[in-house]
Amino acid sequence: MNNFKSYVIRFLVKVSALITFGALFFIIGYILYRGVPSLRPSLFEFKYTTTNVSMFPSIVTTLMLVFSTLILVTPIGVFTGFYLIEYAHRGNKFVEVIRITTETLSGIPSIVYGLFGMLFFVYRLDFSYSLIAGILTASIMVLPLIIRSTEEALIAVDDSLREASFGLGAGKLRTIFRVVLPVAMPGILSGIILSIGRIVGETAALIYTLGTATKMTDGLFSSGRTLAVQMYVLSNEGLHVNESFATGVILLMIILIINGLSTYLSNKLTKGRID
Amino acid sequence: MDKLIIKDFDLYYDDFHALKDINMNIAENEITAFIGPSGCGKSSLLKSINRMNDLVEGCKITGEILLDNKNIFDKDVDVNQIRKRIGMVFQKPNPFPMSIYDNIAYGPRTHNIKNKAKLDEIVEKSLRDAAIWDEVKDDLKKNALRVSGGQQQRLCIARCIAMKPEVILMDEPCSALDPISTTKIEDLIHKLKNDFTIIIVTHNMQQATRVSKHTAFFLNGEIVESGLTNRIFIEPEDKRTEDYITGRFG
Amino acid sequence: MKKTSFEGFMKGIFILCSTTSIISILLIVYFIFSGGVPFIMEYGLKNFLLGTKWKPTSTPPSFGILPMIVGSIYVTIGAVIIGVPIGVLTATYLARFSNKKLYKFLKPCINLMSGIPSIVYGFFALQVIVPIMKSLVGGTGMNIISASILLGIMILPTIIGLSESSIRAVPNEYYEGSVALGASHERSVMSVLLPAAKSGIISSIILGIGRAIGETMAVILVAGNQPRIPDSITQGVRTMTTNIVMEMAYAADTHREALIATAVVLFVFILIINAIFLIVKRRTLN
Repeated sequence: MNNFKSYVIRFLVKVSALITFGALFFIIGYILYRGVPSLRPSLFEFKYTTTNVSMFPSIVTTLMLVFSTLILVTPIGVFTGFYLIEYAHRGNKFVEVIRITTETLSGIPSIVYGLFGMLFFVYRLDFSYSLIAGILTASIMVLPLIIRSTEEALIAVDDSLREASFGLGAGKLRTIFRVVLPVAMPGILSGIILSIGRIVGETAALIYTLGTATKMTDGLFSSGRTLAVQMYVLSNEGLHVNESFATGVILLMIILIINGLSTYLSNKLTKGRID
Repeated sequence: MDKLIIKDFDLYYDDFHALKDINMNIAENEITAFIGPSGCGKSSLLKSINRMNDLVEGCKITGEILLDNKNIFDKDVDVNQIRKRIGMVFQKPNPFPMSIYDNIAYGPRTHNIKNKAKLDEIVEKSLRDAAIWDEVKDDLKKNALRVSGGQQQRLCIARCIAMKPEVILMDEPCSALDPISTTKIEDLIHKLKNDFTIIIVTHNMQQATRVSKHTAFFLNGEIVESGLTNRIFIEPEDKRTEDYITGRFG
Repeated sequence: MKKTSFEGFMKGIFILCSTTSIISILLIVYFIFSGGVPFIMEYGLKNFLLGTKWKPTSTPPSFGILPMIVGSIYVTIGAVIIGVPIGVLTATYLARFSNKKLYKFLKPCINLMSGIPSIVYGFFALQVIVPIMKSLVGGTGMNIISASILLGIMILPTIIGLSESSIRAVPNEYYEGSVALGASHERSVMSVLLPAAKSGIISSIILGIGRAIGETMAVILVAGNQPRIPDSITQGVRTMTTNIVMEMAYAADTHREALIATAVVLFVFILIINAIFLIVKRRTLN
C-alpha cells in the first residue's frame, strides 16, 4: 500500500469522526441557540394553560415517574443481578433463559412497550391512563439496563474479596451486602443513572400508559405527561415552536447532567477496581 | 562486511535509561545471539533495529544504527522500507486470524504484488524454506490459528521470509514452544543463515551455543562482552559474563 | 458457610426477582399477540401483509400494511447506508487514530449521543433537515431521505459503541505483526484489525438495524407518513411504527385491532433481528 492509499484512509477516518461529532455538537448547539432565548418564567408556572404551555407540571410528573420507577425496579434488577452472578452455577439453564429474555426485552421498541402497557395495565387491569401504568411499563423497560449494569459491576469485583470474607466465616448474604456491594456500587449507580436517562427521554411507551394530560400527576391513578411527551405534543401541533425548543433545552440539560454523572461514576469504577 | 553497525546508541523509556552507549557490529550472513538476564535491554535493542520502538510512547533514542552504512533513523528514511528489509519473529507466535495462504501473502500484497501466480509461487517457496510446506500444503485455506504453536511459529517465520528481508530479528522465538518444536526451529535457523543475517535474543544459553556464531552479553543496559560464541562460553573475559553463563545469577 | 433459614429466604427472593424478566416477556408476547393475531386470522395473513391499500375508514375498510413494511425497510436501509460507513470509520478513528487526550473527551460524547431523546432528534430534524430538503427537492421536505439521514445519525452511537470495543479487543500482536512486515499503520488497521473485529462490527450493525426499525417518535415528524409504497426516495413514507402512533388515538374496534396487529408484525421483525444478533454473538465467543 502506498502513501496515497494511507493518506486516503486517514482522511476518511478523520472526516467520519468529524461528521459524527459535528452532527452531535450542531444538534445540541442549534437547540440551545433557538431554545435558550425562548426560556421565560411563564414556562415554569405552576398550572399549565394553552397560552403558557408551562413545562412545570410535566417536570414534576417526570420526577415522580422516575423516582417511583426506580424505587420499584432497582431492587428487582439488582437482586436479579445478585442471583445471576453470586448464586447461580455456570451453565444453569434457568440462567440462560433469564439472559435471553433480558436481551430480548432490551431490543423491544418503545411503541410495543406502549401498546403492551395500554392493553395490560390500562385496559385489562383497568388502571386507565395513569401514573401507575406508566411506572409499571417504564419498570419493565429499564429492567434489562439495571440487570446488565449490576452484572457487570459484580463481575468486576475481584473474587479474592469474596474469598477473604468467606474465609472469615461470613455467610453469602453478608459477603454480598457488606463486601461486594460497596465495591460494585459505582457501576450499579451508573446503570441506574442511565435508566433515568432512558425514562426521561421516553415518549411512545408513556403516551399510551401514563397518558398526555396537561396537569401534573397527583396520585397513582392520575394521568399526566412527562417532559418528553410534552415536547412531542408541542412539536406535533406545530404551534409553539419556540416553546418546543425551550423544552428541548431543558431535556438536553437533564441528559447532559445525567451523562456527566454516569461518566464520573464509571471512572470511579475503573479506579476502584482491584487488579 | 558488517550488515549492521550500532554506534553510540542510548535508549530511554521516559526517564529510565534502558540502553547505555551500545556499540556493536553485526556481521552479514551470520547468526548473532543477544543473551543476558531479564530486563537487561537485549529485547529493547532488538526492537530498535527494526524501529518497532517507534510505537512505544515515551521511548527516546540517541546515536545511530547503520544498515549497509545508512542510519535507519535519518529523516529521509521510510520506516516501512526498513521493516521490509529487517523482519521480525516475535516471542509469542502471532499469525493473523486469516488463512495460511493469506498470512504468507500479506507482506507481498502490502508491497503491491497482486498477481495470483506470483503470490502462489512466493507462498510455496516461503513455506518450503520454513520447513512447513509438507505439513500445510493440502489445506492452505485453513485458518492459521488452528495449527499447533510450533507450526504457528514456523508460519510466522515463513511470513517473514516471504518479504525477502536482509536481516531477521528473532525475539526469544522458542520460549513459548515445546522442545521438539524448538529443535525444528533451531534447525530452520541454521538453514536460514545462508541467505539472511540473523539476530536472536535468547534466555537459553544452550540455544545460543547451538545456534550462533557471535554472542553479545547484556547486563543492566550495557554490553559487557561480545565476540565469538565459542570463546565467550569457554573463556569469558569478564567475571560477570562468567557468573551469568555458569548460572550464578539470571 | 452456615446456611440459615434467612439466607435461604433471601436466595428465594433473589430467584423470584429473576423471574421478573421471564414473566415480563411472556406477558408482553401474550398481550401483543392475543391483541393482534385474532384480527390477522380473520382478515387473512396474506391480505394483511401483502395488501397495498391501507384505508381503514372507507367502506369496506382495507388493512394492507405492505406500504408500511416497505416504508420501514426503506428508511432502515437508508439509515444503514448513512450510518454504517460513518459509524465504523468513526469507531476506527476512536480506536486507532485518535490520541489519548482527545479520546477521553470524545468517548463520553458518544454515550451522550445515545442518551439524547428521540423526540429531540426528531424535532431537530423537523426544524433543520426538512426545510433544507424542501428547498432541495420540493414538496414538504418530509421524505425517505430526511428520515434516513435522521435515523442514520441516531444509530451512529449504537454502531460506534460496539464496533469500537471490538476493534480495541483485537490483540495488539496482530497489529505489531503487520507493522513488523513493513505495512503502514493505516494498512495494518484496515487489513488486519478490522477483519479481526468483524463479528463485533456486524453485531453492532444488527443492533443498529433493530434500533432503526423500532424508532417511532423521531421518524413520525419527518417521514411524510403517506400510507403508500413510494416511487422514489424523495417521496414521503409511513413505517409500521408511525402507522400505529398516528391512528391509535382515534381508532376503534377493527381499526384498533389492525394497528395492534401491525405491532405484532413489528414485534416479529424485532424478534428475528434479535435472534440473528444473539447467534452472531455466540459465534464471536467461539
